[in-house]
Amino acid sequence: MRTHSKLKIVFAVLPVLLLGLSIAAQSSAQAFSASADPGSALSIPLASQVTPEQLQHMLSGSVTAQPLVLQVGSHLMFEQSHIPYATYAGPGSTPDGLEALTLAVAPIPKSKLIVLYCGCCPWNHCPNIAPAYRRMLQLGFTNVKVLYIANNFGEDWVAKGYPTQTAK
Amino acid sequence: MWLQCLSAATFALATLGAGAQATSASALLHHKAPAFSHRALSGDTVSLDAYKGKVILLNFWATWCGPCRVELPRFAQWQRELGAKGFQAVAVSMDDSPAPVRAALKRKPLPFPVLMGDAKLAESYGGVLGLPVTFLIARDGTIWHRFEGETNLDAMHAAILALLAQPPHAKR
Repeated sequence: MRTHSKLKIVFAVLPVLLLGLSIAAQSSAQAFSASADPGSALSIPLASQVTPEQLQHMLSGSVTAQPLVLQVGSHLMFEQSHIPYATYAGPGSTPDGLEALTLAVAPIPKSKLIVLYCGCCPWNHCPNIAPAYRRMLQLGFTNVKVLYIANNFGEDWVAKGYPTQTAK
Repeated sequence: MWLQCLSAATFALATLGAGAQATSASALLHHKAPAFSHRALSGDTVSLDAYKGKVILLNFWATWCGPCRVELPRFAQWQRELGAKGFQAVAVSMDDSPAPVRAALKRKPLPFPVLMGDAKLAESYGGVLGLPVTFLIARDGTIWHRFEGETNLDAMHAAILALLAQPPHAKR
């Protein structure tokens, strides 16, 4: 009986402990994001990031569930290769680029799922993605994700066999 | 329903073409470097063939690329130190316009030609879909090395010295 009571306590406490641990982990990730330079990709919360695999899965789904994909980096790279149906929206690192992004999303509903990507250089050096992400939040978009590209678009998307299009 | 099928089929078709650029980039190794002739920002025409007999470092970079900005001063140093021994660096900017490149060169001039790249030139080198990318081309015009992303510059320097020590028609 005593053992049974102990087990009951463990089962009652365990979910609370796990929830606490989960909240602590999330707060830690948010704190890391908040402490990073706001212009750096490291400032983008993990919850707002999607992996290439997750994005491919999203793009293979039904048309209605598909995100709008915007490339916010180099136009020369977009010209060579980009994610199918992605739209070029200007480099996030320049005022002109952010203005182009603002114009590109002007007719889009604020709740639309939008995925931004760049892939010009390694994630921690990307000058475009974080400013573009912040601009989207400032504009009031509520469902913005960012494609996490560890090294570059060639290595982490094209070389891994994910689908591409050229601008020709 | 048919719309969903169409979407999935189109996406699957796009998948068939994927990976071609990555393959062609690695396939360039130990083959003749694709020839090109472009006008440099200085106004001179830069032709790769004009450097035959030299060890060429062909670097794709951009002003907004952090790792590129780390590499360029080293390349400048190598050009000054090794130029007389037959080393030649050529930088191809992948910026979308020449204005930021001109401004960067005004602040920090480079002792080697800098030209503006385009999609055609990038594709001839297997696609430049991330920066920096650097090719080392032997004296006979063959590509011996390709470096991508943040690179060990000491290893690149050692590779250059090894190529400079090779006779013009050395086989790997």
